Amino acid sequence: MNLSFTVNRRARTLDIDPRVSLLDALRDHLHLTGSKKGCDHGQCGACTVLVNGRRINSCLSLAVMHEGDEIVTVEGLSDGAPSPLQAAFVKHDGFQCGFCTPGQLCSATGMLDEIAEGWPSHASADLDGPYELTQAELSERMSGNLCRCSCYPGINAAIRETAGTGDAT
Amino acid sequence: MTLDLKVDGQSEERAEAFAQGLLGTALDRPDGVLKVTGAAVYAADDVPEGCAYGMLVRAPGFGAIEVGNADEVRAMPGVLAVIRDKRMVRNAAQGTANAAPVQGVDSADYVGQPVALVVAESFEAARHAAQALQLRTDGGPLPVNPGDVETEGEPDTTGDLDAAMAEAPHRLDVTYTTPSMTSAPMEPHAAVAWWEGDALTVRSALQMLKYNRNELADSLGIDPAKVRLLAPYVGGGFGSKLGIAAEAVAAAIAAQDLGRPVRVVQHRRQVFETVTRRSETRQRLRLAADRTGKLSGIGQEAWVSNLPGEVFQEPVTQATAFAYGAVHRVIGERLERLHRPAAGSVRAPGEAVGVTILECAMDELANDIGIDPVELRLRNIPDTDPEGGIPFSSHMLAEALKTGARRFGWSDRAPKPRARREGEWWIGTGMSAAFRVNVMMEAEARIALSPEGAVVETDMTDIGTGTYAILTQIAGEALGLPAEKVEVRLGDTTYPPGSGSGGSWGAATTGNAVWLAAQEIRAELARRMECGEGELTLKDGTATCGNRRVALADLLDGATLEGHGHIEAGDAFSKVRQSTFGAHFAEVAVNDVTGEVRVRRMSGTFAAGRILNEKTARSQCHGGLTWGIGMALTEGMVHDRRDGHIVNRDLAEYHMAVNADVPPLDVHFLEERDPWAGPLMSKGIGELGICGAAAAVLNAIHHACGVRVRDLPATPDRVLAGLEE
Amino acid sequence: MRPFDYVRAEDPVSASRAAAQANARFIGGGTNLLDLMKLEVMAPETLVDVSRLDFGGIAEDGDGLRIGATVTNSDVAADARVRRTWPVLSRALLSGASGQLRNKATTGGNLLQRTRCPYFYDTDTACNKRRPGSGCAAMGGETRNHAILGTSDQCIALYPGDMAVALRALDATIDVQRSEGAAERFSMQDFYRLPGETPDIETVLAPGDLITAVHLPAPKGDRQIYRKVRDRASYAFALVSVAAVVRMEGGRIAHAAIGFGGLGTVPWRDPDVDAVLVGEKPSAAVFDAAADTLLRGAVPEEGTQFKVPLARRVLRAVLEEATA
Repeated sequence: MNLSFTVNRRARTLDIDPRVSLLDALRDHLHLTGSKKGCDHGQCGACTVLVNGRRINSCLSLAVMHEGDEIVTVEGLSDGAPSPLQAAFVKHDGFQCGFCTPGQLCSATGMLDEIAEGWPSHASADLDGPYELTQAELSERMSGNLCRCSCYPGINAAIRETAGTGDAT
Repeated sequence: MTLDLKVDGQSEERAEAFAQGLLGTALDRPDGVLKVTGAAVYAADDVPEGCAYGMLVRAPGFGAIEVGNADEVRAMPGVLAVIRDKRMVRNAAQGTANAAPVQGVDSADYVGQPVALVVAESFEAARHAAQALQLRTDGGPLPVNPGDVETEGEPDTTGDLDAAMAEAPHRLDVTYTTPSMTSAPMEPHAAVAWWEGDALTVRSALQMLKYNRNELADSLGIDPAKVRLLAPYVGGGFGSKLGIAAEAVAAAIAAQDLGRPVRVVQHRRQVFETVTRRSETRQRLRLAADRTGKLSGIGQEAWVSNLPGEVFQEPVTQATAFAYGAVHRVIGERLERLHRPAAGSVRAPGEAVGVTILECAMDELANDIGIDPVELRLRNIPDTDPEGGIPFSSHMLAEALKTGARRFGWSDRAPKPRARREGEWWIGTGMSAAFRVNVMMEAEARIALSPEGAVVETDMTDIGTGTYAILTQIAGEALGLPAEKVEVRLGDTTYPPGSGSGGSWGAATTGNAVWLAAQEIRAELARRMECGEGELTLKDGTATCGNRRVALADLLDGATLEGHGHIEAGDAFSKVRQSTFGAHFAEVAVNDVTGEVRVRRMSGTFAAGRILNEKTARSQCHGGLTWGIGMALTEGMVHDRRDGHIVNRDLAEYHMAVNADVPPLDVHFLEERDPWAGPLMSKGIGELGICGAAAAVLNAIHHACGVRVRDLPATPDRVLAGLEE
Repeated sequence: MRPFDYVRAEDPVSASRAAAQANARFIGGGTNLLDLMKLEVMAPETLVDVSRLDFGGIAEDGDGLRIGATVTNSDVAADARVRRTWPVLSRALLSGASGQLRNKATTGGNLLQRTRCPYFYDTDTACNKRRPGSGCAAMGGETRNHAILGTSDQCIALYPGDMAVALRALDATIDVQRSEGAAERFSMQDFYRLPGETPDIETVLAPGDLITAVHLPAPKGDRQIYRKVRDRASYAFALVSVAAVVRMEGGRIAHAAIGFGGLGTVPWRDPDVDAVLVGEKPSAAVFDAAADTLLRGAVPEEGTQFKVPLARRVLRAVLEEATA
C-alpha cells in the first residue's frame, strides 16, 4: 500500500504492508533507527515521535494511517549540532544506556508544547492553568517514558534547564 | 609486550601525582552525543542487505512438543523456514558460564521456553507465522511453587544460634518473602547474525563478550575463533545479558540454514520468560541481641529456586556473612528445583534481596529494643570479617552511616511510629545499611598512542555504566591527554578481552587493564625522555622531565606506541575482605485511606574506593535507589500457581518505577582509596546503590504508619491490610 | 498480526458500510486495538480507519457538550469547557495512560477499551471472552486485577478504563450510527453488556455500528471528584477508582452519581448506591450504607479480596470530600 508523508522535513513515499507500524516503517524501511522498540505495545515510550507536533507512541500506530502527516523523530530534533535539549541531556547525564533517550527527547519536546498550551495534568492542583514545570508536573507528564537505568533526575534536570525553569533536580 | 599484574597485595597511589586532572571528574559521556541524536547503533538497528526476520515461538506447556502445522506455516506468504534445532537454547546462559546453556527443543522444562524459530521475509510475516504455529505439549504437572519439592543445600552454622536466641533479652524471628523480579532493560534482547564462509558474526545485546563468544560457539558446535561478536552499544543489561540467549543462537542457526543474514529480536513478553529472573526468596531472619543491641546471634536462611540443570543459586546471604559481628550464626541458602523460568543474576544478585531483608530485620530489632536504627548498626560493625577472621581492606560503614544521617537530617526523627501526619498521609523515615562484595576478574586492553592521540581497545561493553567515559579518563590521565584526544573502542571480540560488564567489576577490572597498558607506554616515553617513569609528567600532549619539555608528537616521531595491559585478581582478594559500603535514608508518605506509598526523598551515601567519574557513578546510584523503590513498592513477577508461567509479562503489568515514582535523590560519595583493589584503588559502584535501598523505604513505611510489610512489594493492598488491623 | 484489508474511510456512512461484516473493525487511535492485534487476541480481516473523520470536534449542545468520536483524550481533557463544567471527566482522562497515549486515543475508541485480564492477553490459555466456550483460565489463577462486580461463571475480566467511569457519573450518552444509517442514542447503562453467558459481547454495537459522539448533559452536580488508586504513581491501571458527581442543598445530598472503576466487568454505577445517598445528611453511617449497597453483591476471588475494603475506604473518602 502506498504512503506519502514527511519525515524530519523530508517528503518520503513507501509501498508498505498495512501491518507495518509507524515505528517499524521508520526503523526498518526508512532506516531511521533512532526511535527504539522497547515493548511494541505502548508501555514504555521508547518509540515516541512527534506527529504533526504531538507526541505519540509510534509502535501503536499503523504507518498507513499517517498519509500526509509530518513526523519528527530524534534524528529531526537537531540540525547538525545537538539541540539545547539534547545537549542538556548530555550535561545532566539524562541517560545511561541511551535506549530510551530518543523517546524521552521527543516526549519532552511534545510535553513542553503541551504545558505551554496550558494543558493540565494529573498532578495539577487545579484545572485552570497555566502550569509551572514543577517537579510534580514534570515527573507526571514524563511518566509515559520508562527508563530502567533510572535517569529520571538527570532527565528532569535537563528538561528544566532547557525550559528555563531552573537547574533543580 | 604486555604489562601484567596479578593483584596480590596493596598498590601504590600513582594517579594522584598525575597532571591531566581528568580522572574522577564529572566528564560528560563521550558517547553522549551519539545517544542523544539517535546515532548510536544498538543490536537491532543495523540490518544488513538481504536480512530475514526471525520470531521465536514459546512452549504453551510442559513436556514433549508436538508441532501440528509446520508445513502449513512454511507455506504461508513470506515464510522462509520453521526451525526447530536441537542446538537452540532453553534459556539464557548464566553469567561467566563460558559454555552453552541447556539446549534442546524437543520438550519444554518451563512454560514459555523457546522451542521454534519462524523466519520470514518481513518482521510482520514472521510474527504472524510464529503465532500461527500450533504447538501441543503432553507434559503433566511439574512442581512450580515454593514448598513443593525437597531442598538442596544447607546454611552454614557456627556456634549455637538456638541457644543464643533462648538466652538473649531481645530476639527477633521473622520470615519475609520477595517475589521473582526481572531486569527488564529497555532494549529487548536482539541479534543479527550473518556468515561469511564458516565465520560467524553476530551483532547482539550482550554484557560479556569473551564469555559470550565461547557460549555461542559451544552452542553451535564451532570453533570460538570463528565467532565475532559486536556490541558497541547495549541498551541496558542488569544481568539479563550476561550470557548468550535464545535469540542469538537461533539467529546464527537460521542464518546458516538460509545462507543470509537473520535478525531475531525477542518480543518484550519473551524477554520476561527466556531471560533469567531474580529468584523469589523466602527468608527467615533470626537476630539475638543484648540490652545494648549488641548481636550475639544472626540467622538468615533463604529458600530460592531454579530450573533443573542450572548451577546458579541466588546468593542471598553473601554479604550477611560479613555484615555484622555475632558469634552464633546460621547463614545460607536452600535451593528448590522448580519449573519456573530460569533464575540467574539480576542487578546485585544476593545483596539486592539479601541485604534488604537483613536490614528490615535490623530495623525490627532496633524498634523492639527501642534503640536508634543507625546506632544499632554502629554497635555491630565487626573489626574483622566474622567468617574468616581476615581484616577488611577498608571499612567505611560507620562513616557512611554518620555522614548519611547528617545529610538526611536523621536526628530530627521521632523515635516512635505514627508520629507525623499531613492530611490523609502518614509521614515517616527509614534507613538501611548497604553492603556489596567487591570482585575483580581478569581483563586485557590495548592502547595505541599516535601523534593524533590515544586509541583504547577492549571487548569490554558499555551497558550504560559509563565505560566509554571512564576508560577515556583513565587513559587520558595516565598519558596526559585531554578527553577529546582519547578514543575508546568497545564491544568487538577482535579487541583484547575485557572483563565484561557485570558484578560491578567492569570499571575496576578493565579500567586497571587500561591503566597498565598506559603504564607500559609511559615507561617507553620515560625511556625516550631519559628519565625515570616516576619523574615523567604528561599533560595536554606534552612530556616533562625536570626542566626538559617535549611535545608527545615529537617524542613519537610520527610512529605509534602500543601498550597492552593485563590484570587479574590475586591474593589481595583472599588476604582481606573487600566490600563496598553505604547507607540509605528515605522519607515516605503512606496514605491512610488507600495504603498508597510515595517516596518523598531519598539519600544514599556510598564508599567504593576511588570514584572514576563522579557523574556516571552518581547516575549508577540513582539507578540503584530507584530499583530499591521498585523493589519496595511495585516490582514482582506473578507466577501462575498451576504451571508457573509468568502472568504479568509486560511493562504495563510489571511495574518498574516511572518518573513520578522517583523523588529528588541525594547521592554522596565518601572520599576513599582502597589500595587492595588494584592500582586505581577503585571498587564497583554499579550495584551498591540497590543493596538495602528497598529496606530504607519499607522501614520508613513502618515508621510512618506502623505497618510492617514482610511480603514484598508493599503494594496498596498489603499496606492496607496492615492499616485495617 | 494477521493480514487485513485497510480502508481509509471518507465519511461516516461509507465507513459503516465498509465495516458492516463479521470480522471488520473501526480503528481510531488504535492504542488498544493494535496492542491486541499484535498478539492476535483480536484479528480483524478489515480495518476501517475512521481517525480522519470529522465528527464535529467538541461543540456546545444546549446546556451540554457534544464530543465527536475522534476527539483525542488529550483534547477532551484540555478543553476549557470540560475543565470548567465537567472536571471529573478531565480528571479521569488525566489519570489514565500516558501523555503519548492520550494524544492518540480517541473518545469513541476509549469507550471500547478491552480488559487487561492477563489470560485474555495470553493466547495459550483458555478465555471465554477471547475464544467463546474455551473456559476461563483466570478462575483458579492469578486474579489481583479482576472484577468483583458484574462477574459471571464465564468471566471475571475487569473493565480497566477511567474515562467511561466518569461518563457514567455524568449521565453521558453515546451517539451511534447504525450500520444501516440510522442514528441511535444509548445511555452508558444500556451501552455496556455484562459478561453473563457471552463475555465476548461487551456492548450493544453490531458490526458496522459506529460511535459518532458522546453527549454530556449539563452536570447535575457541581462537586466532582475522580480518585484513582493504583500500584504506581502514574501510568498504571486502577485498583479502584471512584468518580463522584454531587450536589448539596441545605446540608443534604441533593444529587449523587457515583461511578466506579477497578471493580466491575463494565464501567460501574449502581443506582441503589446513589439512592442511599440522596436526601441524606452526610455522615459516616450514610457513606458506609452506600458502600454496603455497592458491595452487597461483590464476588471477590482470592486475589481481589482487598478490593472490598479498598473500595469502601475510597468511596468514604471521596464522599467526605464531595459533601464537605
